[in-house]
Amino acid sequence: MPAPTCASCHAARAALRRPRSGQALCGPCFCAAFEAEVLHTVVAGRLLPPGAVVAVGASGGKDSTVLAHVLRELAPRLDVALRLVAVDEGIGGYRDEALAAVRRQAARWELPLTVVAYEDLFRGWTMDAVARSTAGTGRGRSCCTFCGVLRRRALEEGARLVGATHIVTGHNADDMAETVLMNFLRGDAARLARGGGLGSRGEGGALPRCRPLQFASQKEVVLYAHFRRLDYFSEECVYAPEAFRGHARDLLKRLEAVRPTAALDLVHSAERLALAPAVRPPRPGACSRCGALASRALCQACALLDGLARGRPRLAIGEREHRGGGDAEGTRGRARAAVEAAAAAL
Amino acid sequence: MAAPLSVEVEFGGGAELLFDGIKKHQVTLPGQEEPWDIRNLLVWIKKNLLKERPELFIQGDSVRPGILVLINDADWELLGELDYQLQNQDNILFISTLHGG
Repeated sequence: MPAPTCASCHAARAALRRPRSGQALCGPCFCAAFEAEVLHTVVAGRLLPPGAVVAVGASGGKDSTVLAHVLRELAPRLDVALRLVAVDEGIGGYRDEALAAVRRQAARWELPLTVVAYEDLFRGWTMDAVARSTAGTGRGRSCCTFCGVLRRRALEEGARLVGATHIVTGHNADDMAETVLMNFLRGDAARLARGGGLGSRGEGGALPRCRPLQFASQKEVVLYAHFRRLDYFSEECVYAPEAFRGHARDLLKRLEAVRPTAALDLVHSAERLALAPAVRPPRPGACSRCGALASRALCQACALLDGLARGRPRLAIGEREHRGGGDAEGTRGRARAAVEAAAAAL
Repeated sequence: MAAPLSVEVEFGGGAELLFDGIKKHQVTLPGQEEPWDIRNLLVWIKKNLLKERPELFIQGDSVRPGILVLINDADWELLGELDYQLQNQDNILFISTLHGG
């Protein structure tokens, strides 16, 4: 059966059907619609005001590649300046190749690129070293938990280095939906309540962050990259198979097979959750070591690094020093910390 | 009864890693009783091209969820998915979306 005609230009053959509207569009019309939607997300949400200097978290992967490409197209209209910031976590055989892809992109797009390395920022701790340190701690490797916290911090540092006023990352709707599932599954009610909306306004001196692609489904991000012939790095992180997110991703993929809008619906639901009064947090303070927002004496990054240094890597993840407490306690502790962090934004 | 067909099978987004890293494959499908549709093409690919870990590419009689299929640059959803009848010189592209970005 031949493909239908594009519903927008009525001239070319349709190349895809958009999941939400069911509209059949050709490649160029789809790309134009995709870009218009990102523009709308940014403008309607007032995410990147005129004059903003925007640090783009660039990993070389499909999402940040599409993000940077689209923002570069829109930059004149938005009147913003872009700076690429890439994080080198120190993962041998993976990150080097990905960084090579980012360098190629930076050259092609003529955008400045700054690379920040864990090794320099975090007392010599590369992810490979963290992985070795957390191996065999009995509950499966948790190095991805470290990476999530440290990468956010690294991106913040990189953004400051380049004088950015805002940070953008390439999280898409599927990523957001996976995070919702993960938070539900781990009892992290506070993160659930905080995680929705249009990014953070910038708490305790942190730069405001947003995700211009957050309403774009992963499939459409990949198709956009295809139709625009964008070159990106597409290998999985060597530690990814151990990450909890994989389970959420598998579940989401199966759900999408029967309900194509599952990702967007999950995010929609999460945005409409409210915290029960008992869980509302007190105001947070500042980390005694680095000054970042923290609900306890040390912020999450400093606590994790401390644990590593003392040879007790699970310290900030779940264990208690005097008990050998279970994960649930640690989860509630982190949930409390996250809730307290969210409070500052209110 | 299907005549032999010449098609181009492409892999991207990381899927090529399951096929010795080779992205483009010029393929001649032999004449056979069964028609050459995507369903049968997948069986043929599994038998003749797939080098490792078939479960990362194929699930049941279709592709693993998260792998996009484009036929001549159009989403297979528009063309009947597994039932699409292959034509000579068709290009079938499989793009994996299953990695971080």
